[in-house]
Amino acid sequence: MNVMTRLAPEAALIERDFAVPDIRCAGCISKLEQGLVRDARIRSARVNFTEKRVHLAHTADAEMPDLLGAFTSLGFEAHPIGEGPKDVDGEAATSKELVRAVAVSGFAMMNIMLLSVSVWSGATGVTRDLFHWLSALIALPTIAYAGRPFFRSAWRALKHGHTNMDVPISIGVTLATALSLYETATHGAHAYFDSAVMLLFFLLCGRWLDSVMRDRARGGVTALLRNMGTGAMVVGADGSTHWTDATALQPGMVMLVAAGERLAADGVIVQGSTRIDLSLLTGESAPQDAALDDLVHAGTLNIEAPVRVRVTAAGTDTAIADIARLMGEASQGKSRYVRIADRAARLYAPAVHGLAITAFAGWMVAGAGWHKALLIAVAVLIITCPCALGLAVPAAQIVAAGALMKRGVLIKDGSALERMAEIDRALIDKTGTLTLGRPVASNLGEIAAKYRPVLLALAQMSRHPLSAALTRDLTAQGVHAAAIDEVKETPGFGVAARWQGRPVTLGRPQGADAGSELASELSIDGQSVALVRFADALRPDAVQAIASLRAEGVDAMILSGDRTAAVAPVARTLGLTAMTGLSPQDKLAAIARSSGAGHKVLMIGDGLNDGPALAAGHASMAPGSASDVGKNASDCIFMGDRLMPVVDTIRMARRTQAIVRQNFALAIGYNVIAVPLAFAGLVTPLVAAIAMSGSSLIVVGNALRLKGALK
Amino acid sequence: MNGLLLLIPIALSLGLLGLGAFFWSIKGGQFDDLDGAALRILVEDESDARSLLP
Repeated sequence: MNVMTRLAPEAALIERDFAVPDIRCAGCISKLEQGLVRDARIRSARVNFTEKRVHLAHTADAEMPDLLGAFTSLGFEAHPIGEGPKDVDGEAATSKELVRAVAVSGFAMMNIMLLSVSVWSGATGVTRDLFHWLSALIALPTIAYAGRPFFRSAWRALKHGHTNMDVPISIGVTLATALSLYETATHGAHAYFDSAVMLLFFLLCGRWLDSVMRDRARGGVTALLRNMGTGAMVVGADGSTHWTDATALQPGMVMLVAAGERLAADGVIVQGSTRIDLSLLTGESAPQDAALDDLVHAGTLNIEAPVRVRVTAAGTDTAIADIARLMGEASQGKSRYVRIADRAARLYAPAVHGLAITAFAGWMVAGAGWHKALLIAVAVLIITCPCALGLAVPAAQIVAAGALMKRGVLIKDGSALERMAEIDRALIDKTGTLTLGRPVASNLGEIAAKYRPVLLALAQMSRHPLSAALTRDLTAQGVHAAAIDEVKETPGFGVAARWQGRPVTLGRPQGADAGSELASELSIDGQSVALVRFADALRPDAVQAIASLRAEGVDAMILSGDRTAAVAPVARTLGLTAMTGLSPQDKLAAIARSSGAGHKVLMIGDGLNDGPALAAGHASMAPGSASDVGKNASDCIFMGDRLMPVVDTIRMARRTQAIVRQNFALAIGYNVIAVPLAFAGLVTPLVAAIAMSGSSLIVVGNALRLKGALK
Repeated sequence: MNGLLLLIPIALSLGLLGLGAFFWSIKGGQFDDLDGAALRILVEDESDARSLLP
């Protein structure tokens, strides 16, 4: 009873997940778990290190900014993960179901094999019958439980009038089990329970590997989805503010958007003026001024001063929704892609069925009697069952995905690797893809060393994007911040403070340099002493990466929404042709033209405006800094500032495809030897067991060679 | 034969026990955070540390 009363008030707790990308060590785990609960409103915190998430249970009065603030005070950046995609949980459930099926079939396989070994080593009479019955006792429930994924998929395929890899598997397993039962009941010598269960075990391993790969990438992707489930501070009628989720925003509400915050809905500015970074929406790299009554769009970044925005459209009504619709149409082409294993199955399944029927008919004609003929037909079915084939593709792909993950590339699923191997043309967005997509201080070298510590000290005090860039670049140079006090930040201007008794400011340039260019000015005693210019720099290895792409036989081209004047210098440096000023529709059309000319297009982009193009490309990649739309639409995501992972991925994909082909060749070679044996009636359960496990081991071993392929 | 009648059920039930334990550990979320589990050994448990203090 005691426990009950203590638990009762806890029922009102809200549970939320946060993505915290910076969890790196054991120290972070303890810091977060023990630090977060010091806030009385947070009742419990649990870190999932693998997925870089924190699960919080907090009381209802803790608002989102408070929770994010709790993370910030511990030195971590957290992003709320929305309730969002329900299908994600569905997939995790399939993966768990597969693990259980693998465990059950593995347990059954080992026990049946133990019994079978005694039969093969000469058990006869009652002992053999007993062992066969025991095997049946273990095998029947196992097949009913662990075989469900195959039976379901085979039934679905048959219902739609086509066949897949699961049809011969289901028929083979069912026939083998039925015949073994008959054999057992009539005191026969050969029962194939072990083969049937072993077949399921190996195939389930393949399925499970496939799902593990998807899960792993999904974990990484959800950790990256930062804008999902966000919202805005909404100003109520009485002037109070409260946090509202993006899904609950309604037209007419007034949002308070701080500098450095992304807009959660379309709206009109009703108070204040600022500059808005549109790069994710249009690809335009220079920020735009936005003043009273100007229309601003969801997904854009407010970079200068806090503004109040009256919501005009939220959720599915925003300008983004238009892009989403385009994406939906564009992605249909990709879903028509048939995976290599299924293509193989289209040829393989009829061949297997044909062989089994021929064996049955042949032995019937030869006068062997239906029982013997059926036994041989079942042996043919079991021996040809695509055991190695089922493992050939997933084993190679999971090893490749693991190796790529170490290089900072997340592959969403196996079919992405297959499509990536086929590409021969790359269309690349400029802002945020070829360039870093964030301002980098370009003239730090010209600034006198004595001013750098005070620059860093001032920059650290502000959350303005330019200050953040300055902090990052100066810290990277090993500069230590000077001691300053009386710090005051003025929105729309900058930071003012006192350094060695003298007033210092860091802010918007005055006078001649007060142009559209990104710059910020350091003044001491009201005198300008240094001007820091910012530019969106090329990724450090862009030139090298483009050259490597060419060496791989992939010709590249820039596809940008930005102005020609902004794209030209990049295009010149990299020696690429460029199309500029493109709308999302134009990008789609450019891809369609390339595809129409017989090219397999790899689209690399990051912005919302690239979403439809990413969905339409034969394969697509996005950098980790991309918009959610970009990350969701693309097949692979690469982390960090380097562009080289793109080339690594293409190389690895091609290597994987080569290994998969070798694996198919191995599997076919094995069949060439085994099928005549089965036809001759020489395949006993013992031979089948050896052949199956042997071929599977060879295929997995071959796949493991991919591990060192990138070294 | 009598030995078999005793040993086979024992062998099978031991195997089932292992299978049951595996299912139980999946359900309990023991495999949800494998990398984290390896690191948690290094985490000082705060409540323990406090109880050690005088």
